Amino acid sequence: MTELLVRGARVSASCGGREPDPSLPLLVFVHGAALDRTCWQLQSRYFAFRGFSVVAVDLPGHGRSEGPLCASVEEYADWLAELVEAAGYHQAHLVGHSMGALITLEAAARHPGRISSLTLCGGAAAIPVHPGLLSAAQNGDDIAYRLMASWGHSRRSHLGGHPTPGLWMMGGSIRLWERTPPGVLASDLAACDRYRRGREAARQVGCPTLLISGSQDIMTPNRSANPLRNGIKTLAEVTIEDAGHIMIVEQPDRVIDALDGFLTGL
Amino acid sequence: MVDPKLLNFDTLSVHAGQHPDTDHGARAVPIYQTTSYVFRDVDHAAGLFNLERQGHIYSRISNPTVAALEERLAALEGGVGAIATSSGMSALFLAIATLMSAGDHIVSSSALYGGANNLLATTLPRFGITTTFVNPRDTDGFRAAIRPETRLVYGETLGNPGLEIMDVEAVSAVAHESGVPLMLDNTFATPVLFRPFEWGVDLSYHSITKFIGGHGVAIGGALVDSGRFDWTASGKFPTLTEPYPSYHGLRFAEEFGTQAFLIRARVEGLRDFGAPLAPQNAFYILQGTETLGIRMQRHVANTRAIVEYLSGREEVSWISYPELPDHPDHDRAARLMPDGCGAIFAFGIKGGRQAGRKFIKKLKIFSHLANVGDAKSLVIHPASTTHATMSSEQLEKAGIGEDLIRLSIGLEDPDDLIDDLSSALRASRK
Repeated sequence: MTELLVRGARVSASCGGREPDPSLPLLVFVHGAALDRTCWQLQSRYFAFRGFSVVAVDLPGHGRSEGPLCASVEEYADWLAELVEAAGYHQAHLVGHSMGALITLEAAARHPGRISSLTLCGGAAAIPVHPGLLSAAQNGDDIAYRLMASWGHSRRSHLGGHPTPGLWMMGGSIRLWERTPPGVLASDLAACDRYRRGREAARQVGCPTLLISGSQDIMTPNRSANPLRNGIKTLAEVTIEDAGHIMIVEQPDRVIDALDGFLTGL
Repeated sequence: MVDPKLLNFDTLSVHAGQHPDTDHGARAVPIYQTTSYVFRDVDHAAGLFNLERQGHIYSRISNPTVAALEERLAALEGGVGAIATSSGMSALFLAIATLMSAGDHIVSSSALYGGANNLLATTLPRFGITTTFVNPRDTDGFRAAIRPETRLVYGETLGNPGLEIMDVEAVSAVAHESGVPLMLDNTFATPVLFRPFEWGVDLSYHSITKFIGGHGVAIGGALVDSGRFDWTASGKFPTLTEPYPSYHGLRFAEEFGTQAFLIRARVEGLRDFGAPLAPQNAFYILQGTETLGIRMQRHVANTRAIVEYLSGREEVSWISYPELPDHPDHDRAARLMPDGCGAIFAFGIKGGRQAGRKFIKKLKIFSHLANVGDAKSLVIHPASTTHATMSSEQLEKAGIGEDLIRLSIGLEDPDDLIDDLSSALRASRK
């Protein structure tokens, strides 16, 4: 665990169980809407013990990081660039999931000198949010968490079968969203819904990029990544069978394998 | 309004935690009767041992058959995960050993299963962990008993054997005010009749030997975590928040968040203390989970019929069942457990100990044994069996008189059960 200071606010991040080593390249994990660093618990540990300084960050106002929340994906992207600097680095490899994928995509476009590589899990050029979900989140109705769980996991994952023995991932995901302070989910979903720069950002990305998709993702279905395929100059793709939008939790090993192969080949 | 398509209880009770076997298509959960698991390669092995990869290493720590049951129980209880153990008592010990060290303290309901009472009152003090017992109906008593070193508030959903029901929400609030979790033994209710995490409970455990297994063929336990308790904010649980030398200084709460307790309980508790559930037993209990919903409905229906019957018998001096209007927790039971208060209850037989002996001796369908929650109807005299190690004072404090007979109502035809009770009650007068 480490704490950084960005814009005068305390930022909490997991280091994957090993203190960052400035001599190693920095790998930053960015979570999705109303989640926190713990959704990267396996990936962060794996890479922390394999040649990277890992920062799995709690975005401002999420997890144990102080607020305020950022109002837009663009604002989070600028904040992320400042986080890399606050960690004592000029460059970082970025890995983002869902809203975190939008943030890292935008960061790679806006701050090309700071980004060594980009991995987008459940990435898309835009993530329009169902009005019913937006409304439930804005009203603080906990049906929003169940909608996210229902749509975020593949049908297979609805029955469980998690690789971590004994963990019930549907319950785990809902509990993570429940723990988020009021207003965070609504703010994050609104930020996703408003984001329109994905197509343009993709064209501006100059670093090697990996897109990891779930074959059963209905929140960012395959076609939603077409602007990324058309825009990003160096894009590799891995599709994880039977995974939904939350593939980083549903099939963490497959995500590790894909990311390991990508980072090793750079 | 959009509708989340999450699977419902009876579907989860049949399917959760399992996909058809990919090698052979087996529909039932296979029994993985193996001690250990071949690593993919050296790096994979290192990743498993360092908690970077997940999977099975050795069946003392996890096993695929057991894991299917664990996920299913977590799904039914509404938790983030579960650990199955070799017995309910080992689940209770695992929870305590994961949270506490010598010098720590528990506040517990006094209406407990005799085995749990023995662990808390007699055994754990040898290891420096002490317990203060409180009447489960005395919420203020829980508050008064909490000390700076208290690390757990504990009780049973339905007290044993008097079926006392604590004010769960109020006791939960008392525990949380002091930064400690509330854990309930939910064995008697099962998640069919009571979902503890919807009422402020943080941890639950079960003797899955009982209704969840349902057939009296396998001993087992399970510990389920709601994932709601914030160990870091509490600041009272160094086992979860401070560096753990065994995993390079890992801080479980920081790395694993809502799953911290379960991960520590497994990788330390099962690793170091043992007591895992055997895969064969997990298989038996999985069969029980598939019919849990419909069995509990029948258990409750039979119990209601028998309680009504016994209420009209002159040989019966009292009946303690929370659905009866004269039970002290009747209103609370109606609120917390509207679908029934389980299938275990106690009654007093006129004539005391001698009448009780004659009654039990005459029963033909009811089996006299030390268990509850079987498909078969069961009977016991707690003062001379399950609670025999308790002193007279402890028995009185726990509400257990020498005239007390405890019944566990099974799935037989209720008319046959009533006939059996009728002849035994007649015999008790002779």
